[in-house]
Amino acid sequence: MISIWLFIGFALLVNGALILAAGIYQVVNPPANPQVVLFNLHANLWWGAVLFVLGLFYCIHFRPSRTK
Amino acid sequence: MKPFLAVFATTTLVHLSAVDVAIVAFYFALVLAIGWYLKGRAHTGEDFFMAGREMTAWVAGLSFLSANLGALELMGWAGSAYQYGILATHWYWIGAIPAMLFLALVMMPFYYISKTHSVPGYLRLRFGEDSRVLSAVCFAFMTLLMSGVNMFAMAKVMQIVLGWNLNFSIWVSSLTVAIYVALGGLRSAIFNEVLQFFLIWAGALMIPVLGLYEAGGWGHLKVQITERFSAQYIHLWAGLGHFSANPMGINWVGIVFGLGAVISMGYWTTDFLVVQRILAAKDLRSAEMAPIIGAAFKMLVPIIVILPGLLGLAVLPERLTGEAQAVVTGGHSYNDVLPLMLARYCGPGLLGLGVTALIAGFMSGMAGNVSAFTTVWTYDIYRPLINKGASDSHYVSMGRWTTVIGVLISVGTAYLVMQFASIMDYVQALFSFFIAPLFGTVLLGMLWKRASKAGGFWGLLSGTLCSVSMWTWVKVDPTALRYVALSPDAKGLAQDMYQALWSFLVCVIVTIVVSVLTKPRADSELSGLVYGLTEVPAVGEVAFYHKPLFWAGLVTVVFFALNIIFW
Repeated sequence: MISIWLFIGFALLVNGALILAAGIYQVVNPPANPQVVLFNLHANLWWGAVLFVLGLFYCIHFRPSRTK
Repeated sequence: MKPFLAVFATTTLVHLSAVDVAIVAFYFALVLAIGWYLKGRAHTGEDFFMAGREMTAWVAGLSFLSANLGALELMGWAGSAYQYGILATHWYWIGAIPAMLFLALVMMPFYYISKTHSVPGYLRLRFGEDSRVLSAVCFAFMTLLMSGVNMFAMAKVMQIVLGWNLNFSIWVSSLTVAIYVALGGLRSAIFNEVLQFFLIWAGALMIPVLGLYEAGGWGHLKVQITERFSAQYIHLWAGLGHFSANPMGINWVGIVFGLGAVISMGYWTTDFLVVQRILAAKDLRSAEMAPIIGAAFKMLVPIIVILPGLLGLAVLPERLTGEAQAVVTGGHSYNDVLPLMLARYCGPGLLGLGVTALIAGFMSGMAGNVSAFTTVWTYDIYRPLINKGASDSHYVSMGRWTTVIGVLISVGTAYLVMQFASIMDYVQALFSFFIAPLFGTVLLGMLWKRASKAGGFWGLLSGTLCSVSMWTWVKVDPTALRYVALSPDAKGLAQDMYQALWSFLVCVIVTIVVSVLTKPRADSELSGLVYGLTEVPAVGEVAFYHKPLFWAGLVTVVFFALNIIFW
């Protein structure tokens, strides 16, 4: 059976990738009037990256061929 | 990026971009995929209702916590933190940790060794069929009503926050839960709850991180709250000497004995919604470790729930008010603090994950309700009262249908609440009627072998009636609160605490008196059910760090340290 942690890794990986992509888009095309406070910290960029890396680690560590 | 769903509403708290919608859609697709994948592993009753009793301590523990971490819990307690300050943390620390550790070390061996399918099932083994039926019917009825009320409340939140149509929110979320629970049973519910646990943290953690950065750290946050409001908002215990010395209108007796010793004990040790997750553990050690793991993470939950409320006190320019006043003034209420903070800090992507966290919280709570209802209905009502001798596959089929029907009844309740809003208050109050006396009955059943069948039944019934009577009394005459809570300065939350305390005491006293006057059960019948007559298997010769007692001790030390630090 596929490990539950693989599903979690996949969720973090995909969400991380989407958030990271949104963060990169905003760095390249910064909005004229940012809607959020502390926009300059680019939280979606680094938090997206953290989730992506964590998800990637889970996906590799709990891949079916390794947990069988 | 252009707001994607703003077309649905004229005034909403946040607007989702395309990437946010993609994140929400991905979440729905993933939970359905998990349910589909697990459908092939739910053939027998043990598979469908008990997840095969093969969950590890980590999975059972996170699921145990996640089933309680609903969206209304997140938003409601963030709102309470804004309204009452750090006092709201009591519901996460003294209102949870001692009870979870008590469940792990004292009660779990009896639940697990008796191999019961449910808490009402334990009552049957210990006190007979009458107590089981009383408890099962109350639980099943209330679980569905609560599920419907939560569904309506969540749809309302989605309407206010995102501008989503009420019908859309109700049907999409409820049908998704119905599909994945009906397909994979408890295993599917548990898998999704663990996933939801991670998503809730991933989606909500940015608020306290960025909020503390903006406020200048914890020290500056306390100074700002004291200057804008009062120092009462930043102390856990210092203001609990008297009802009038804190924003909550409660004293330490209510918190320690009402909340810590009765309400939380009742909820965390006898509410089948959460206990069911632990019963699915693969062995006794895992079943004991699971609530301890849950307790360790429960201590951290104030970071994503209470801290945003406190940050709202410091950084939000407007003053939030009660629901009624917010409607009149057109401003925001306390309960809006979490979405307001989400909108304040979270841009595209993060906002979608934050909204997903709220939806995940709602769905994990609903799946918990539905799977617990399905088990209690099938094993504690349908099998003993309606169809005794059917095959295992028949009961699994009944479980699948009950899941769908249970969700439909919840949807019906949600629409009923939509028409008659006052039902919501009644249903929420009704649920609290059963918890405290049930804890008294189960506790005496496990720890006192002299407790008789009649004692258990009459104690449970009289405790419940006592709770109902006090609630009705205060409803009819609000000044009666001074008698229930023993102070003219008592406020609403104090009523819940003292009502639970009195109903627990009535239950215990009646159980003892009736038991002494009636015939006890033979010791041989109570083996595996009662302390002193049950041989608990030893953990064996394992390193100290593998023993539940060690980790429970560590959690206890941290628990006391936190209470002292934030005194």
